[in-house]
Amino acid sequence: MTANLHPGLNLGESHGAAHPASENRVFGFWVFLMSDLITFGILFATYAASGTPMGLAGGPGPAQLFDLTSVALQTAFLLASSLTCGMASLSMKAHAGAGRIALWLLVTALLGGGFLMLELSDFASMLAQGAGPARSGWLSGFFALVGLHGLHITAGLLWIGVLLGLLAVQGLSDRVKTRLLLFALYWHFLDLVWIGIFSIVFLRGLA
Amino acid sequence: MTEIDRDRGRYLIGAGLSALLTILAFAAVALGLSRGVALGIIGVTAVAQVIVQLRCFLHIDFSRQKREDLQLILFSLLLLAIMAGGTLWILANLAQRMM
Repeated sequence: MTANLHPGLNLGESHGAAHPASENRVFGFWVFLMSDLITFGILFATYAASGTPMGLAGGPGPAQLFDLTSVALQTAFLLASSLTCGMASLSMKAHAGAGRIALWLLVTALLGGGFLMLELSDFASMLAQGAGPARSGWLSGFFALVGLHGLHITAGLLWIGVLLGLLAVQGLSDRVKTRLLLFALYWHFLDLVWIGIFSIVFLRGLA
Repeated sequence: MTEIDRDRGRYLIGAGLSALLTILAFAAVALGLSRGVALGIIGVTAVAQVIVQLRCFLHIDFSRQKREDLQLILFSLLLLAIMAGGTLWILANLAQRMM
């Protein structure tokens, strides 16, 4: 068993120079993810602080607005996409070829896209009920927190597009390998944040 | 068993445990348990799932090589505890005084 140099799946010694070359880049990206965690944490605090009768400002609350089935489906999509993203990293580590990696990335993008469609349709139905971000402090907090996570997912989908392009043009170069490692960390991190969102925002709101 | 098999097993176990913990948390709400019990189950399963995913998906553990990464997580959590906890404390206190 080779020693791990950084968070996430490590390429291992069979990948030669790409393995040690990833260490600094992945660590730097990990610092970024932790600062992103602080951003999400502060938005969690804002959201939780506004979940009072004053914060609701007489507007609709969680019981009227949240749909448990849709949230469960979104959670399932995101967890499945985290697993397929792991399979993409694993295919790379196992030298299974660019085609196999691209396939797993594509499945990840489809699952992430499914998550985003459900989330956007939930947002649309909230807006149709007059529950937009301007309705109350609580709804501002909700859209800031859940919306920022949705934006991260959107950025992740674009990133998958770029990775697929790079794989097609450059093949599995060392640089592309490192970028795939970074993307996997990013995607798993978003699933971690989602655990917080579905627990604190949706389940606590409906309990 | 090769290293790849071990890695694959780790992802599959992580996904299986995460799915189980998620189902428990959603079931607590869907079955309409009392609010206190449901919140307890949601809290415990959320923390457990975060640990499972850190271990199985992000490969963070207590081995010597990755101490910096774990320290960075713990430092971020300390900052969060101060900032988010402080925010909630102050604003809850304010809300109480304005009642």
